[in-house]
Amino acid sequence: MSTSAHSIVEPTARVKWMAGVLVAAYALVTLIPIVWIVMTGFKSPSDSIAYPPKVIFEPTLEGYVNVFTTRSRQSAEYMAQLPPPQTWYEELVRERNMVITGPSRFADRYMNSLIIGFGATFLTVILGVMAAYAFSRFRVPLRDDLMFFILSTRMFPPVAVAIPIFLMYRELGLSDTHLGMIVLYTAVNLSLAVWLLKGFIDEIPREYEEAAMVDGYSRFQAFRKVVLPQAKAGIAATAIFSLIFSWNEYNFAILLTSGQAQTAPPFIPLIIGEGGLDWPAVSAATTLFILPVLIFTVLLRKHLLAGITFGAVRR
Amino acid sequence: MSTLSDTTTPAAAETAERARRAPAPRTYRGLSDRALAWIFVTPVVVLLLAINIFPLVWNIWLSFTTYRANRPGMEVRNIGTANYERLLSQEDVWLSLQHTAHFVTWSLALQVLLGFGLAWLLNKNFRSNGIWTTMIVLPMMLSPAVVGTFWTYLFQPQIGIFNAILAPFVGSTQFSMIADAQLAPWAIVLVDTWMWTPFVMLICLAGLRSVPRDLYEAAEVDGASSWRQFYTITLPMVLPFLMLAVLFRGIENFKMFDMVVELTSGGPGSVTELANIYLKREAFEKWRTGYAAALAVILFVTVFGFANIYVKVWTKVKQR
Repeated sequence: MSTSAHSIVEPTARVKWMAGVLVAAYALVTLIPIVWIVMTGFKSPSDSIAYPPKVIFEPTLEGYVNVFTTRSRQSAEYMAQLPPPQTWYEELVRERNMVITGPSRFADRYMNSLIIGFGATFLTVILGVMAAYAFSRFRVPLRDDLMFFILSTRMFPPVAVAIPIFLMYRELGLSDTHLGMIVLYTAVNLSLAVWLLKGFIDEIPREYEEAAMVDGYSRFQAFRKVVLPQAKAGIAATAIFSLIFSWNEYNFAILLTSGQAQTAPPFIPLIIGEGGLDWPAVSAATTLFILPVLIFTVLLRKHLLAGITFGAVRR
Repeated sequence: MSTLSDTTTPAAAETAERARRAPAPRTYRGLSDRALAWIFVTPVVVLLLAINIFPLVWNIWLSFTTYRANRPGMEVRNIGTANYERLLSQEDVWLSLQHTAHFVTWSLALQVLLGFGLAWLLNKNFRSNGIWTTMIVLPMMLSPAVVGTFWTYLFQPQIGIFNAILAPFVGSTQFSMIADAQLAPWAIVLVDTWMWTPFVMLICLAGLRSVPRDLYEAAEVDGASSWRQFYTITLPMVLPFLMLAVLFRGIENFKMFDMVVELTSGGPGSVTELANIYLKREAFEKWRTGYAAALAVILFVTVFGFANIYVKVWTKVKQR
């Protein structure tokens, strides 16, 4: 039976090897842009615009210093009369005939991204798990219609609602506030959250809660102490999705935030404008911004991939 | 009937009370299920109404007016369908729709080809494919705006790594993917494909893994060739998954704004000005709010219409 050796049922070692090589080649090519940006973050400005592009270079933290500080250029006489630099980053900046005039706004923007991302995720998970539980266990009037309505909000192009939300937020004083962005991102995330969580809760046997309730738990206590721990995997997947979406979101952020609540994605492209074409600084900011997501992806791959394919596999 | 009267003892009343409650199958402590259902569902529905439905209705109303968001005190006139008429006669609008169509079609075509191919290879279950999958998935986890920003650097003539890698094949590093009117529409397709191929790949992989093995074994017994198995088993079984991935990506790319704005900001000229970029400019740079609202309605109806038809076809394919 020589044909069975070529069957799809169990690929031969050679087929496997070929497939592995092709996939690995794609993976390595697809990683070049990310690796290149991380590398550029450690280049000096002149190395970053070298022709041909430099693969081997002397690493420096100048880009990172530039991301976190504002600097001004000074005359040689002024530099000469300054006391010796106190810190390594001051020293680095002075080599360019500049002095640090203060911190940049990057740390604030990064903080805003964290506050809004975690705030929206927290709210999404709480509201989402409650609604999912109700849809899973109770006879909610118009349940299927409501579930479809919740799903359909996901199909809304942001443009169809962006103008009124802009006007509404202006009226309510929610523009450029953390609260406003948290509420908005929660609303966007909820549709996926409710569907994802309902799938997970549907799988938990009702008998668990009923047994707890016979033992004297109220329905709410049973929900909190029996159902929630069982739905952990679903909650984790929902939280990751919500966090990544809120972290990466740009369309509403650029419309509704400009100052105190501005997140990092609308801010990073502006670094180009501030220091000429300061590619190392942009790359450093990008690296710091994408680092949490990269680590998340690698560590929580299972949950993440389950969430992505969920809609296709389960429904 | 009721045995309760003024003369019954408290203990008897209690027994009667308990007897009256008995028909309910079980009673537990705390809030009733009905109350809890209301408390659990209401916040979500209210939030979605406030952030989705209410703005949508408002947007439709705005599209029939002369409202300008930068002049709050201005008198707002209802002008019927004038905004829509003006939109449809405007060449810029049609051009932006053409750019969108080009972008959506080509990015979908490439992502389907590459995504399916990769999934098919990954399904060969070679060793350590988990690591490679993780690496391939990374681009789709990034912020599209930030991706657009750093690709402008990779696309720089001479100093950009993209040009340097391509130089041996095209014989020069002087070209600019984002400043050349011929190349820019392909630059946005390329970056989108780089970013979202993994998504199509993952959905296809889920599809491939859902095919029951005995189907192949049966085909093997019947002596069907690998190609025949691919066309009669693999493709039909994966098609519903693939179509779903196309639907998701199609809707997303029709809405595309962030990545392209940061990469080319619609240029050079307006060759990469997608419908949403045009809309944003009209709404928040030229402040023609009513006019932009009309375009938003048209785009919304288009997506919804297409998606509905598509889902109908998809349901048919799935049932086959």
